[in-house]
Amino acid sequence: MWSDEFLRAGASRVAPVATPPQQKVASMSSGFLKVERLAKAYQAARPVFADVSFEMARGEFVCIIGHSGCGKTTILNVLAGLDTASSGHVFMDGREVAGPSLERGVVFQGHALMPWLTVRQNIAFAVRSRWPDRGKDEVRSQVEKYVAMVGLSHAIDKKPSELSGGMKQRVGIARAFSIQPKMLLLDEPFGALDALTRGTIQDELMGIVRQTQQTVFMITHDVDEAILLADRILLMSNGSDTDSGYRPGGLVEMVGNPLPRERTRAQLHHLDGYYDLRNHIVDFLVSRAKAA
Amino acid sequence: MKTPDSLNLRAAIVSLLLLLCVVGAWHLATTAGGGAAAVTAGLSADEIEYLRMMGKDPGATKSGGFPGPLEVARTSWGHLSDPFYDKGPNDKGIGIQLAHSLARVGLGFLLALLVAIPLGFVIGMSPLMQKAFNPFVQLLKPISPLAWMPLALYTLKDSDVSGIFVIFICSIWPMLINTAFGVASVKRDWINVAATLEVNPIRKAFQVILPAAAPTILTGMRISMGIAWLVIVAAEMLVGGTGIGYFVWNEWNNLSITNVIFAIGMIGVVGMLLDLVFARLQKVVTYVE
Repeated sequence: MWSDEFLRAGASRVAPVATPPQQKVASMSSGFLKVERLAKAYQAARPVFADVSFEMARGEFVCIIGHSGCGKTTILNVLAGLDTASSGHVFMDGREVAGPSLERGVVFQGHALMPWLTVRQNIAFAVRSRWPDRGKDEVRSQVEKYVAMVGLSHAIDKKPSELSGGMKQRVGIARAFSIQPKMLLLDEPFGALDALTRGTIQDELMGIVRQTQQTVFMITHDVDEAILLADRILLMSNGSDTDSGYRPGGLVEMVGNPLPRERTRAQLHHLDGYYDLRNHIVDFLVSRAKAA
Repeated sequence: MKTPDSLNLRAAIVSLLLLLCVVGAWHLATTAGGGAAAVTAGLSADEIEYLRMMGKDPGATKSGGFPGPLEVARTSWGHLSDPFYDKGPNDKGIGIQLAHSLARVGLGFLLALLVAIPLGFVIGMSPLMQKAFNPFVQLLKPISPLAWMPLALYTLKDSDVSGIFVIFICSIWPMLINTAFGVASVKRDWINVAATLEVNPIRKAFQVILPAAAPTILTGMRISMGIAWLVIVAAEMLVGGTGIGYFVWNEWNNLSITNVIFAIGMIGVVGMLLDLVFARLQKVVTYVE
């Protein structure tokens, strides 16, 4: 924490003369996460994506949609610090992202729970990593609080193999929240779940995110999921060969979600503007995302 | 009827029948040849007298030397009822002999474990080390552990230590290879979780990689222990002095086939128990994904 404050102080010292406090707050909130000209190339001449730039405000929920292979997961991994970009930079809270950090919690596609640990132990592992000096009772209460948050108190001493897919993913979410990260990264967390379970967990996730004011970046393939959860939806295209040569994939459009923030899954399709938004995204995925 | 209990019961009955068949055949094979009367039937008294003079008494029941199951059982009971007597270098109880063998195996195995597990971690974690160590492992692995014996005797100058060294060298390969493989194939997701939680390398090694690779490592240890128990018998035959291998060789020199059979049985029983211990350990560390 100390170094955090120090760096922030350092950053503001470099910034040009006294900025009015209002403006400072505004710039802080709009530029909480800054992604600048990110590119990833496995072959130098044919980058998977290039020139990806966007910003996220604190407390914002952003979904990214695109076909397989467009580089969504790579972007998420770069944000998480698990992968490195070929060029470009990512800044979070005024500091460049270099390597994984406890400040960004990740929910993995395949839950990634350790099968030899119980639910309690899995989350305690994360809590103890975050606060190594905490006593047993403190860890215990933190673990129980977050397990209760996802409604799994009854299964807290079970092993992941004894849980259903939806429950496992809930534990993954609880683990990511339990370290109280500044930002949450979700890599298609509900991809492997059946539609009913997915709906329930989406509702749960939305409730928790609204309540905790969590900043979330999430990958999804599901248009409705994006419309339900996201404040803003990023549309990504795949790299393609055109007449004028290879065109790398990248961000094509950022769509703000005009629907009221207090929406629920049940009444989502009755809201004005839902179909316009949905059609827009589906049209993009069908006709523009993949030029090939 | 199709419950596992009834299956176990039926299997046990079949096992018992097989045992009875084998023991029965053994018994019949070793007691055959009692037809002395038939042999003398066609011979005159003179002829019998002549044959006796030539040392070929047709009336005497000629023992093949191979003991029957009853004799072996009797001898076994004798050994097992007093396993820890010590009447000088060539006459020790079976318990003492087995204890010597187990101590050698245990010590050699433990030393191999101390080398193989950390080294396996290094090899498993680093593709560079994997490539660098691979030719040595591939070259050394197929060498019969007993081939090291002369070298060990020459350099270590002690038969007991040489025996332990031979166990060490034969135990190390399966453990090393399995540890390296287990560590290298830990799921990427778990490593990523540890990375995003900024888990330090020591904690990562002990709380993520070790439990994740434990089933594979235990398999390696089980294989190693099996090989070590095979090799100790041969090693002790060469080195002599004490141990179950030496006991077998000593009884062979005494031409006491009964004792040899008894010792073979004991080697099997102890080997099975050792394997059972590792199977149990394996069960403890195995996880279901």
